[in-house]
Amino acid sequence: MSEGAGMMQISMTLNGKEVSADVDPGERLLDTLRYALGLTGTKEGCGEGECGACSVLMDGVPVNSCLVPSYQARGRVIETVEHVQESDVEPLLSSGATQCGACTPGIVVTAQWVRRHPELLETHTLRELMAGNLCRCTGYDGVIEGVEATLTVDGQSS
Amino acid sequence: MKRLEGNAKLLGREQYVDDLQVEGCLWGMTVRSPVARGRIKEIRFSPEIDWSEFVIVDHRDIPGANEVFLIEKDQPVLCAGEVRHVHEAVVLLAHPSREMARKGVRGVEVVVEELPAALDFRVEAEPARVQWGEDNSLSRLSINKGDVEAALASAAHVVEGVYESGAQEHVYLENQGMISWVDDDGVVVVQGSMQCPYYVLNALTHALGRDEAGCRVVQAPTGGGFGGKEDYPSNIACHAALLAMKAQKPVKIVYDRGEDMASTTKRHPSRVRHRTGVDESGRLVAQDIEVTLDGGAYVTLSPVVLSRGIIHAAGPYSCDNVRINGRAVLTNSVPYGAFRGFGAPQTLFALERHMDVVAKRIGMTPEEFRRINLIRDGQSTSTGQVIDDGTDRVGVMERGLELAAYERKREEHASFNATHDYLRRGIGFASFYHGAGFTGAGEVYLASKCHVAGLADGTIEVLTANTEMGQGATTVFLKIAAEAAGVDVSQVVIATPDTHRVPNSGPTVASRTSMVVGKLIEKAIDDLRAQIGAAADAKGAALTDAIRAWCSSNGAERVVGRSEYEKPPEVVWDEKTYTGHAYGTFAWATYVAEVEVDLRTDDVRVIDFVAVQEIGKVLNETLARGQIQGGVVQGIGWALMEECKWRDGAMANNQMTNYIIPTADDVCPIRVEFMENPYAHGAQGAKGIGELPIDGPAPAILNAVADALDVEPTAIPLTPEHLMELAREAHV
Repeated sequence: MSEGAGMMQISMTLNGKEVSADVDPGERLLDTLRYALGLTGTKEGCGEGECGACSVLMDGVPVNSCLVPSYQARGRVIETVEHVQESDVEPLLSSGATQCGACTPGIVVTAQWVRRHPELLETHTLRELMAGNLCRCTGYDGVIEGVEATLTVDGQSS
Repeated sequence: MKRLEGNAKLLGREQYVDDLQVEGCLWGMTVRSPVARGRIKEIRFSPEIDWSEFVIVDHRDIPGANEVFLIEKDQPVLCAGEVRHVHEAVVLLAHPSREMARKGVRGVEVVVEELPAALDFRVEAEPARVQWGEDNSLSRLSINKGDVEAALASAAHVVEGVYESGAQEHVYLENQGMISWVDDDGVVVVQGSMQCPYYVLNALTHALGRDEAGCRVVQAPTGGGFGGKEDYPSNIACHAALLAMKAQKPVKIVYDRGEDMASTTKRHPSRVRHRTGVDESGRLVAQDIEVTLDGGAYVTLSPVVLSRGIIHAAGPYSCDNVRINGRAVLTNSVPYGAFRGFGAPQTLFALERHMDVVAKRIGMTPEEFRRINLIRDGQSTSTGQVIDDGTDRVGVMERGLELAAYERKREEHASFNATHDYLRRGIGFASFYHGAGFTGAGEVYLASKCHVAGLADGTIEVLTANTEMGQGATTVFLKIAAEAAGVDVSQVVIATPDTHRVPNSGPTVASRTSMVVGKLIEKAIDDLRAQIGAAADAKGAALTDAIRAWCSSNGAERVVGRSEYEKPPEVVWDEKTYTGHAYGTFAWATYVAEVEVDLRTDDVRVIDFVAVQEIGKVLNETLARGQIQGGVVQGIGWALMEECKWRDGAMANNQMTNYIIPTADDVCPIRVEFMENPYAHGAQGAKGIGELPIDGPAPAILNAVADALDVEPTAIPLTPEHLMELAREAHV
């Protein structure tokens, strides 16, 4: 984007806290999170919305943060992988859902969304729901088994 | 045992190179060649940019040799007079703003007088396109066993076939990147994403004209490699270091996906020709095989890829007469490099597809034909390596077929295919092997070293140069060390690969890490016991107490046990004749694929996949299963969807939008079963497994497609477009 064009200030609810940042009008939410706000858990894989490594939840819905201009996050509720607790990912650790880890934060974020919306599984398979997160290491079995296990844990506790 | 760094990865806390925030860091970027081959006439810097803000580096800034140190030193760090492929690095820029650095790249024009390029490895180059030797052959290798011509002349059947495979992009999810700075002692430090810290170190010392004390290479957590971070990181490390030295500031180079896919290495495209003689009873009597690989613009690793390719080309079968001629050819494309399997997937694809073609021609089933010919103990491979490991290779195949319900599926498919309007199902398999560790005398030349230090508090520190890139190396090393020392894993730490701290235990490649380096860890712990005068079987508290006592009485912070690779005595290899023990051991496997083809779209879906393999000893079930499943899915991608499209020597689809890799919804569960037959020279009996799973899927899937339809596919990727053409040719 053009250098020297006016910066703008945006505010959002990020991982439960109100934050604001000065951003370039064309800046990607991915870069604002990583560089302006120091949350490097969100990764860049492809930069064009194909791989899902940069997935974050915006008002509870997964988006590719490389395709979201930061100004669109104004006033929204954003959740990144840094908001996830260790207990949430235990089944994914046991199932071998992570290998190199570059796609993993995006997978964990999408898995959080699926956990909160079990009704999605009435109309979609888990493999369909996870198809927006590409992984080159696991072959997906460890991912699918791990996410399934988190759903079972929720089902039993509710 | 769970993955050591698993939680850090799952919670986004692992700090990869792009996550490391370095104070005062500049962004480095690369200006690249616009054409496949030519002479650089001029480099024009746009007058609209204030270049005083930039640090600019070209070949004249290289203090040492302008050569990327590898097998041959033909590849320049930065192009000087000529360019040999599109996207070759010519000029480097650094600027505090990433956006300005990008703008800078767009503001530099490399003016090139074009020369005739060699763009198809299958066509003999005319003189004007020859750039290496007499005919662009980067390497020629051959294997000869028995008398092929005589055996072919007397064979009951001779069956020929030609098989081709395309380039494959690694698509590690983390793009390549390096940070470099000059530390307070004047040492040039490079930290980044890599598989082989000592390869990077060798490249730095060579290009910078410094000794090993003057350069330091530190691995950052690495987001996937698959061979793609074996050699190319040396180039980026040299680039980052040159910019940092000129800027006297830290410089970070992180490629974006488009730059990474366009300019880094890929799997070698291949063409393999088979001429196979079989006797009346279905026994192989002659295998005549020609292997041609596209090497790309520089030698890089092509001779060793070709070597592994030809050694695997005749497969796990007994045949007395074998002739394999291999050739790697220069073309003006990005250099093809290491990719999981390293030449073997190409030749095993050709072989295992051809085995089905031969079986059909002589009126046998694929399983009958393989049952007759699979190597029995006491028989030998193409290099004359006698196999005598006690593994029941026919049993591996039978188990794969049993798990896949092969016989029942064939019957079910016959009735399904007779009645369904537009779906056709088929089942196919491949039986194969993969040699673990470096080929031939490779491990001897490497002479890998490992250190295990006992610290004053009794902690044990494992020091190797082998890298965690997702495969689970650190978790496996921790287990091997803890069990060898008889201590809890909490008492063992694995050192970060840092060439100023760890010895050269060799590269993290060739399925060698657990098997070879794991064994060196066990031996270094034995040496540690000897150093401190502990009993040879001292374990647990007895060992840690002895470490503490030794450090205390010697006033030392640490005591180091050392080991170095020793060749097993039975491993004898003759590099000149290409005979003998090509590998210390092989892993053996049979993979079975069931497919469903949609005749309306020519789309092939893999609906069931069984992977049975004998891998010595399974060190960690979850990690081992993950290696197999991940390798199989990469193989499914290579077989059915991953296609590099080329335009004037440049990759045209250098983005994940149209270079298609499998999603979770494109593949079925991969059913994995291990058979164990411990290998005496591997850590805890393990054999290497990282590369094995990429060898089997492509031939198994194409054999299944041949079973489902009345076609004989011979090339991958078998995309819907290619299958449509094939089906049209078969049915007109």
